[in-house]
Amino acid sequence: MNTLKLHSKDWPAMEKNSSPAKAPNPLNLVMQVKTGSRLAVWLKDNIAVWLAPILGLILFIGLWDVISGTNHDLPGPAKTWESAKTLFAHPFYDNGPNDVGIGWNVLYSLKRVGTGFGMAALIGIPLGFMVGRFKFLFGMTSPIISLLRPVSPLAWLPIGLLVFKNTEPAAIWVIFISSIWPMIINTAVGVSKVPEDYMNVARVLNLSEWKIFTKILFPAVLPYMLTGVRLAIGVAWLVIVAAEMLTGGTGIGFWVWDEWNNLNVEHIIIAIFIVGIVGLILEQALIFIAKRFSYGEL
Amino acid sequence: MEKTDKFVQIEDANMVFHTRKGAFHALRDINLNIAQGEFVSLIGHSGCGKSTLLNLVAGLLKPSNGVMLCAGREIKGPGPERAVVFQNHSLLPWLTCYDNVYLAVERVFAKQEKKSKLQERSKAALAMVGLAHAEHKYPGEISGGMKQRVGIARALAMEPQVLLMDEPFGALDALTRANLQDELIRIAGDIKSTVIMVTHDVDEAVLLSDRIVMMTNGPAATIGEILHVDLPRPRNRLELANDPRYHHFRSEVMTFLYQKQLRPAA
Repeated sequence: MNTLKLHSKDWPAMEKNSSPAKAPNPLNLVMQVKTGSRLAVWLKDNIAVWLAPILGLILFIGLWDVISGTNHDLPGPAKTWESAKTLFAHPFYDNGPNDVGIGWNVLYSLKRVGTGFGMAALIGIPLGFMVGRFKFLFGMTSPIISLLRPVSPLAWLPIGLLVFKNTEPAAIWVIFISSIWPMIINTAVGVSKVPEDYMNVARVLNLSEWKIFTKILFPAVLPYMLTGVRLAIGVAWLVIVAAEMLTGGTGIGFWVWDEWNNLNVEHIIIAIFIVGIVGLILEQALIFIAKRFSYGEL
Repeated sequence: MEKTDKFVQIEDANMVFHTRKGAFHALRDINLNIAQGEFVSLIGHSGCGKSTLLNLVAGLLKPSNGVMLCAGREIKGPGPERAVVFQNHSLLPWLTCYDNVYLAVERVFAKQEKKSKLQERSKAALAMVGLAHAEHKYPGEISGGMKQRVGIARALAMEPQVLLMDEPFGALDALTRANLQDELIRIAGDIKSTVIMVTHDVDEAVLLSDRIVMMTNGPAATIGEILHVDLPRPRNRLELANDPRYHHFRSEVMTFLYQKQLRPAA
């Protein structure tokens, strides 16, 4: 490995952040002569990163514009943008039940997701640890998990309505039941994948169960667990829109259905973007956390 | 404790693994006594069960039958008095070098010593392997040789009665390996601990050991010959390179490995 590093130092062009000042690479020298600045190199490195996604977005909006031109029921990008500007001018108005600002609707949905997802994490993660640690428990839970995991989350809604006699806890229940599986399964897999060497260290040191958990098991499983959490929050956000369409009242899902009844298609398209963007933010936030807790390979 | 010739006692130990393909007889009729302060190497072709024998002494495995004693007591399981240096260092990547050592120190000495003394021990162990400067680094940030040093420091910090090493330098390049062997000669001389080391390196075995236990090929491997290496200590790699006695011991081991126990298709 050391020799490899030495080689790459001899060839600065092979390194990602080679600066032109110390680069004897002919291509960079030409750039230096032409522009005489680091700007050219910076542009060269960054254009590829930014150009492709921007081009993709432009193409997407263009295609949307063309399609909406042939079908007058579907609003085009310009019309949707105008509608969005008025909508986001007052995101937090409150005109009584069934008529609140878009900001409130998103926050209501996030609150439901947070509650259901939080409870699922509180139960699913410790359960995952136990299932992963004790073979017998794995044998006990494995058939149940295999049976219930593929069930569509909305199939649980009637059960929730029946048990809780109320739409609010029923929606939370659906989030809970759909986001618990990835957390149990990923945590359990993580526990079973803890390297045998680490457990041997624990045995030679004769560590207590508590020390094994805090110093070995938990840190070793954390990356797997966070993957489970990431998958779960994705599922939860996916499901809340559908659940709220059925339960009504507040939330982004209800809002989509309400605007469909009002035949305000611009708002439906805006809602689609909002759902996408919020989902993206949730996912990226968890990837960021997961990166902070992943350990370099040894 | 009084110095004894039978500090580690292995009597008629057999090891049979029960696998899906049936029983696998790994070790047969192992009889070995190791004196206190002795440095013993286990050498043999791969698959001869030398690591299995080490794991038996470590308590990570239980013999199918036979008696295993350490300091007059039966070996019932792993314990800090028989510290292990693993082949792949097995440091916990989320702990710094210092914390990896401290975890072991805390386990052994926390009951009778104050925290400042525990910290002192951890630092002293890292200093002994020449890594005082790297105590706040994570295992991912240091070289393979340094990781193995931390592994040795962690084992030594427990002040074990027996130090068990499973091919400790097997994964290192030749120069780093020589370096660490020299340090091990020095450290083993300082602490006068009993050491059992598994190796497949003939020079390493001759250079470091008081006795070399040569094992026959598996399955059902056992001890073939035992070679007493009575080279004077402290030993020096360069001086020994031209010493006829060194070459005599070396050729003894080579003869055993490549003539008497040659593997047809290894």
